[in-house]
Amino acid sequence: MNLDESVLKKEEKTAFLLRSLYQQYGCLQYKMSKFEEYDLYAKNRDFLVSDNIITFTDTNGKLMALKPDVTLSIVRNTRDIPGYVNKVFYNENVYRVSRGSHAYKEIMQAGLECIGDIDDYNIFETVLLAVKSLDIISDENILSISHLGIIISLLKEIGLNDDEQKKAIKLIGSKNMHELESLCSTTANSIERVMRILMLNGSPDEVLPKLRQECCDEEAVAQLEALTAMLNAAGEGRRVIIDFSVVSDMSYYNGIVFKGYVKGVPESILSGGQYDQLLKKMGKKARAVGFAVYMDFLERYFENDNIYDVDAVIMYDDNTDRRALFNAVQVAMNKGMKVTAQKEVPDKLRCKIIYTIDKYGALKEKQPDNTLGKNKDYNNKEASNA
Amino acid sequence: MLNIALPKGRLGEKVYDMFEKAGYDCQSIHEKNRKLLFENPEKDICFFWVKPSDVNIYVERGAADIGVAGKDILLEYEPDVYELADLKIGKCIMAEAARNGYIDQPQRTKRVATKFENIARSYYASIGRDIDIIHLNGSIELAPILGLSDVIVDIVETGSTLRENDLAVVEKIVDISARLIANKAAYEFKKAQITAIAAALSNQVAEREALEKTSADK
Repeated sequence: MNLDESVLKKEEKTAFLLRSLYQQYGCLQYKMSKFEEYDLYAKNRDFLVSDNIITFTDTNGKLMALKPDVTLSIVRNTRDIPGYVNKVFYNENVYRVSRGSHAYKEIMQAGLECIGDIDDYNIFETVLLAVKSLDIISDENILSISHLGIIISLLKEIGLNDDEQKKAIKLIGSKNMHELESLCSTTANSIERVMRILMLNGSPDEVLPKLRQECCDEEAVAQLEALTAMLNAAGEGRRVIIDFSVVSDMSYYNGIVFKGYVKGVPESILSGGQYDQLLKKMGKKARAVGFAVYMDFLERYFENDNIYDVDAVIMYDDNTDRRALFNAVQVAMNKGMKVTAQKEVPDKLRCKIIYTIDKYGALKEKQPDNTLGKNKDYNNKEASNA
Repeated sequence: MLNIALPKGRLGEKVYDMFEKAGYDCQSIHEKNRKLLFENPEKDICFFWVKPSDVNIYVERGAADIGVAGKDILLEYEPDVYELADLKIGKCIMAEAARNGYIDQPQRTKRVATKFENIARSYYASIGRDIDIIHLNGSIELAPILGLSDVIVDIVETGSTLRENDLAVVEKIVDISARLIANKAAYEFKKAQITAIAAALSNQVAEREALEKTSADK
C-alpha cells in the first residue's frame, strides 16, 4: 500500500523533513525511554527549563523521573573519543511545567546535539542546520545569534559583583536598558560603551564592523565573523541577525548561542548554543553544541485546513441491504473520499455530503447543514439589541 | 498591523495620549461605542483596552505585539517579554507597610498579607526573612488592622489610604511605573515599527523629565 502524503498532518510532515535533514548530515537518531533515574536531573537542575520534575518510585525502590529533557541523557551516554564528534538527533516527548499554565505538559521536542572534539566547523554546521530547520517550518523566519563571551567580557568591564551580574544578564535578556543603566550607576566605570554594544542589533554586515570598532573580546568577534561568512557562503545567511539579548544560563552555556523565531509563533521555536560548561560539570572532556526545536508550537502554527471530518456519510437503516451498503461505501472510497456509514449523523460531525440509501442500494444526496452558530435565537437577540 | 494592548483606566488614557503625541494616533478611540478594537490603517496600528493585569498575557502570547504594563505586574508574573522603555508615568512604589508603632520581631515568622505573592516572596527571600504569606485579592490594608497579618506588601501611590487607617510604610521594596513591553517574536518581525515607537516614547519621557527639571530649578 502506498503512503498518501495528504494523510500526514503538516506538523508530522515537518518532523519527517527535519529527520531526513539531520540524517543527511550524518546524525544518528537517539532514542531514550520515557523515564530515567531522578539523580541525573537533580544534579543539573539549573540546566532544565523548569525545575519541576514528575517523579515516581520504581519497583526496586529507585527514584525515577519522567524525562524533562533529552540533552542530559545524551551527554551522559556519550563517550569521549579524541578527534571524533558524536552527532545525534532526537524527536521525543518531554514532561515539564509549561510557562503559561503552570501545569505539567507533554511537549514534543526535536533536537540535535554534537558532542566531542568540537571545532569551528561543527559549530557552523549546527547553526546551518538550525537555519535549515527553520526554513523547513516556514519561509518567514529569523535566527538571532549572540556570543556569551562578548557579554561576559562586557560585564567584567563594568565591574559588577556576582549577584548584580545575574540581575544584569536578566535585564540584557529582556532588552531592559533603562534598568541596566540604573543597576550599573553605582559602578565606577562608564557603561555608555557597554550599552552601545549591547544595543547593537541587526544583520551581521551591519553589526560586526561596529563591533570590531568597539574592540571587545576580539576572539569572539572573529568567531562570529567567520561563522556568518560561512553561512553566507552556504547561501543561508539572509535571515541571521546578531542580537545580544539572546542570553542563556552562563553556568552551562558559553560561546555562540542562538534562538530561532517563525512568523506567527509568539515565542522562540528553536533554541541552542555551545554548552561546554555542562560537560565540564558532568566530568567530560568533550565540548558540545546543539539545539532543540519545540514542536508543540507547530500544532497551533499550522492551522488545520481540513474543515471536514469526513467527505461523505452514507445513512442507512435496518432495512438496507448490507451488500448494497458495502458496495456504495466502496464506490465512494474509490473516488478518493473519506466515507462513514451511519444510521444517525450527530450535529458536530462536519461532512461534505450526506447520502441516504434505500433498501435497493440507490443513493440520494442530501445537503448537510454545517452552518456555524446553530444557536440562532441568541445571535438574533444580539442583532435586534444593536 | 501592529497590535497594541493598553491598560484600561486612567493610566491607559495617559499612555494613549503619549502614543498620540508621538504620532501614533487613532481617532476612532474617542468615539463612544461598544467597539473593542480601534484601527488606524494609515499608521498600520490597532489599539485595544484590556484589564491592566492582562496586558502581559496578551503580549507574551502574541495577541498584542506591544503593550504597556505596570512594573508591579511584570515583577509579579515575570512574563517572557522585552521591556523596551520606562514611560515614567503611573509612578508609585511597592512597599511593606504596617500599623504605626509596629516593631519587627526577627525571631518570629512574619505574617505578610498581599496581592503580590511572587514579589513579596522574592523580596523576603533576598533579605533572608522567614514569612507566612496570606494571599488577599483586595482591601489589603484591613489585614494588619484586624490582626490577620503583621505587615502588608502593596502598591503605595500617595500614602493617604495608609495614613487614614493609621498605617505607614516600613520599607520601600521597588519603584513602580508603566513600562513599554514587546512580544519577543513580534519584535523580530516588526522591528522597525516597534523600535520607532519605543524611541518616540522614550524621547517624550526624556523631554518631559528635562521640562520638569527646569521648572523645578526655577
